[in-house]
Amino acid sequence: MKNLFALGAGLLFGAGLYVAMMADPNKVLAFLDLAGAWDPSLALVMVGAIAVTAVGFAVSRRMQTSFSGQAFGWPTLGKPDLKLLGGAALFGIGWGMTGYCPGPGFAALAVNPAEAVPYLLAMVAGMLAWDRGLSKRTSPG
Amino acid sequence: MTIDWASFTPWLALSGGALIGLSATLLWLGMGRIAGISGIAGGLFNLKEASGDRSWRLLFLLGLIGGALIVHLVTGGLFEVRSGYPIWLLIGGAMLVGIGTRMGSGCTSGHGVCGLARLSMRGLFATLTFMATAFITVFVIRHLFAFGGAV
Repeated sequence: MKNLFALGAGLLFGAGLYVAMMADPNKVLAFLDLAGAWDPSLALVMVGAIAVTAVGFAVSRRMQTSFSGQAFGWPTLGKPDLKLLGGAALFGIGWGMTGYCPGPGFAALAVNPAEAVPYLLAMVAGMLAWDRGLSKRTSPG
Repeated sequence: MTIDWASFTPWLALSGGALIGLSATLLWLGMGRIAGISGIAGGLFNLKEASGDRSWRLLFLLGLIGGALIVHLVTGGLFEVRSGYPIWLLIGGAMLVGIGTRMGSGCTSGHGVCGLARLSMRGLFATLTFMATAFITVFVIRHLFAFGGAV
């Protein structure tokens, strides 16, 4: 049951990324290039996505559990800290260097594997580097 | 700032964004999970994670690739595929994306879409931060160094 929701949500997400042209790194970089010929399209992707998602969150406040019976995994509402901001800063640099954030990186496998394969391998290597080593300075290796 | 109106695609952007919002809503109402791509991928590839939690992550990502492929085939391609991009920028940037999204617990989807949709302060500050460093990075690459016009 929950796997069906995951597959359906994945299909919608990939279709949305493609329709919004976020799978095109040239489009993304044209949005991030404020000093060049600026393409504001991607701001509207955020507007559309946030508006619909906000409705989803509002609906869930009237529900006991999700449709598959799993509890809602509300992320903890903490305050911003240096780890959050430092990570976000590094992520933004990487996004600006490549034109791909993680979702479009996966979507690009369908469109441009010559870029998506090295991108995803390096991204996962970076994730594992953080999870296994950089995040735990006390444990060796 | 000059706006490139010829490249502006407001309706595709809004409808693509709405589809992403429907996806996040389906995952949340359906199974109570946040549609954050870096978190979903991180949990899939981190081998220490409980394996029972892995199948839905894999199906979500396979669906994502499939959804993009279907629209690509149906539309006959909405854009030209990029080629000749400097590989060191691609790989170096991707490693920073990997480290940064794990360190900062999210990316464009988790912080930018889901975080802002529920008015999370952490989501807001993360989004402002990665937008700022992304704008600066593109400015440095394109206008300060102007890497051979290939970028």
